[in-house]
Amino acid sequence: MKRWRLLAWGIVALCAGFSLNISAQAADKFKVGFVYVGPVGDHGWSYQHHEGLKAVQKAFGDKVETTYAESVSEGPDAERVITQMAQKGADLIFATSFGYMNPVIKVAKRFPKVKFEHATGFKRAKNVSTYNVRFYEGRYAAGIVAGRMTKTNTLGYIASFPIPEVVMGINATYLGAKSVNPNIKLKIVWVSSWFDPGKETAAAKALRDQGVDVMFQHTDSAAPMKLAQQEGIYAIGQASDMHSFGPDAQLTSLIDSWNPYYIKRVKEAMEGTWKSEDVWGGINSGMLSFPEMNKVVPAEVAAEFKTTVDAISAGKFHPFTGPLKKQDGTPFLADGEVITDGVLASMNFYIEGVEGSLPK
Amino acid sequence: MELFTSIFVGIIIAATPLVFAAIGEVVVERSGVLNLGVEGMIIIGALAGFAFTVETGSFSLGVIASMVAGAAMAFLFAVLTQSLMTNQVATGLALTMFGLGLSALLGQGYSGKSVPTFPKVDIPYLSDLPFIGDLFFKFDILVYLSIALVIGVLWFFEKTRTGLTVRAIGDNHHAAHSIGYSVKKYRYLTIMFGGACAGIGGAYLSLVLTPLWVENMSSGRGWIALALVVFGAWQPVRAMLGAYLFGGITILQLHSQGFGITIDPQLLSMLPYLATIVVLVLISRETVKSKMRSPACLGTPFYASQ
Repeated sequence: MKRWRLLAWGIVALCAGFSLNISAQAADKFKVGFVYVGPVGDHGWSYQHHEGLKAVQKAFGDKVETTYAESVSEGPDAERVITQMAQKGADLIFATSFGYMNPVIKVAKRFPKVKFEHATGFKRAKNVSTYNVRFYEGRYAAGIVAGRMTKTNTLGYIASFPIPEVVMGINATYLGAKSVNPNIKLKIVWVSSWFDPGKETAAAKALRDQGVDVMFQHTDSAAPMKLAQQEGIYAIGQASDMHSFGPDAQLTSLIDSWNPYYIKRVKEAMEGTWKSEDVWGGINSGMLSFPEMNKVVPAEVAAEFKTTVDAISAGKFHPFTGPLKKQDGTPFLADGEVITDGVLASMNFYIEGVEGSLPK
Repeated sequence: MELFTSIFVGIIIAATPLVFAAIGEVVVERSGVLNLGVEGMIIIGALAGFAFTVETGSFSLGVIASMVAGAAMAFLFAVLTQSLMTNQVATGLALTMFGLGLSALLGQGYSGKSVPTFPKVDIPYLSDLPFIGDLFFKFDILVYLSIALVIGVLWFFEKTRTGLTVRAIGDNHHAAHSIGYSVKKYRYLTIMFGGACAGIGGAYLSLVLTPLWVENMSSGRGWIALALVVFGAWQPVRAMLGAYLFGGITILQLHSQGFGITIDPQLLSMLPYLATIVVLVLISRETVKSKMRSPACLGTPFYASQ
């Protein structure tokens, strides 16, 4: 009897020691949380952020503990998930979709010691940074390729939600294409979702049926690329290299590279040098890159693309340079005037030449 | 004319996964069981269909696998709710979450893989007819199967004794039990039939519609199917028409945007749910209830000992 009791106590002691050991270890680790709007397997936006998480884990090894929540819808759900992460002891949280903006600001107030980073937003606080990539630079350059490659002079754009990020993407695409092809038309279809492969396919098919032969997408699944491949037309990839979904279709793609940024910010937070900042990295920051150009693109078009990319990267050229008018004809930028970041980040109008009206 | 054809074809194709899933759920609910796990069964079917087609190279095997996988999920639901008497609503919700999670886990290796184009039928003479041929006789076999299924279910409920028994069980399981029908057995079968249908619906999504595998790709279609069952007042044909109506709204609004006509997309994506709420309100008024043919025992558990 006594022996059994001894054994029991021994087990209890062992367990206690073990759990203490675990909690001591966990306390040492720097905890980083990621919140994604889509599934990590979307092969687009969320996939690229998740690559960033992996890079952070690899760079810091067992000094860092990473967690993530995927397919978190924008709105009240996001607030719950972010709060949970903060409660569970996360030191730094990356919220990677525009719609998380208000939830992040709310939760950040309640957890002043936790650091937050919100992608693509514009609201900051002492413990909330924002970060984004100047995707419009890539879209302008890709617009040039599309403008040269189209035979029907009709480009398609599968859009998600009418937020500044998407609106500037549409405008930049149009300007790029228009700069090399004055007859260009851009057809825009809103699918009201970041991720719905079925609906994205239907939208791509609708555009195709209306004569589109180069497709842009501002949604996160590879479904439009797949449809372009099936229909024998071209498409520009989104967020990651979508070559495997459309080996013939993909002309180029806008690849988001969050890895260096994430590693840098985690390092700063660990060392205590983290500050609330607003980072908007362009091609020259390495946060936006392009895969190898499709072989069907003629050498001179590829060269034109490269010249533009280099000029933007060197700061010699800005896609939004005047003279430009808004869609309704009101003057917007004077000759040679370059748009300010503030105006760009809150863009809520089409520029002249883009057809259709912006949903509210 | 060409555009009209492609819009029409687009509508049918977009609606077909919903037709499959909704018709399965009609049968389940007519037997008095509410399975809210349609979304979970669709996504498992989508993965099974895609994975088996990739591995074996055969579409037929892929489609069969999707039915088996959907039915297996449904079997799990049946064991829990019919034998272990768990709450149907909670179990259905759990089934959805389980399906989404399991498919994401098992499907990791399949995102990025591709399958060949699903073959379209070629009916001699009919497919070659101008216009009519393009409109009606150039779909893939599954579209015709879905329509045949709807007619089959209609016939089953209206003309067969077994169909009548299922309806009786759905309307009054105690009465059916007292005259010697095994409520449990029939419900196991209808639940698994519903699962197989949802599975095929999923396969249609991953093999024909997109065709690719990505986790979460069902994007709420299971919930729309559930809404369509109510919308269609548990009538197979009405549920199918509801699916086409829903597909029609989706495709037409995409096309209208391309033409520059803007109706708020948010409004349009709200419509099917709004219609369902209206129908639900109508049903909740006792006088209309009998006309709506809502199964009287829907969602209530059956204890044989009572």
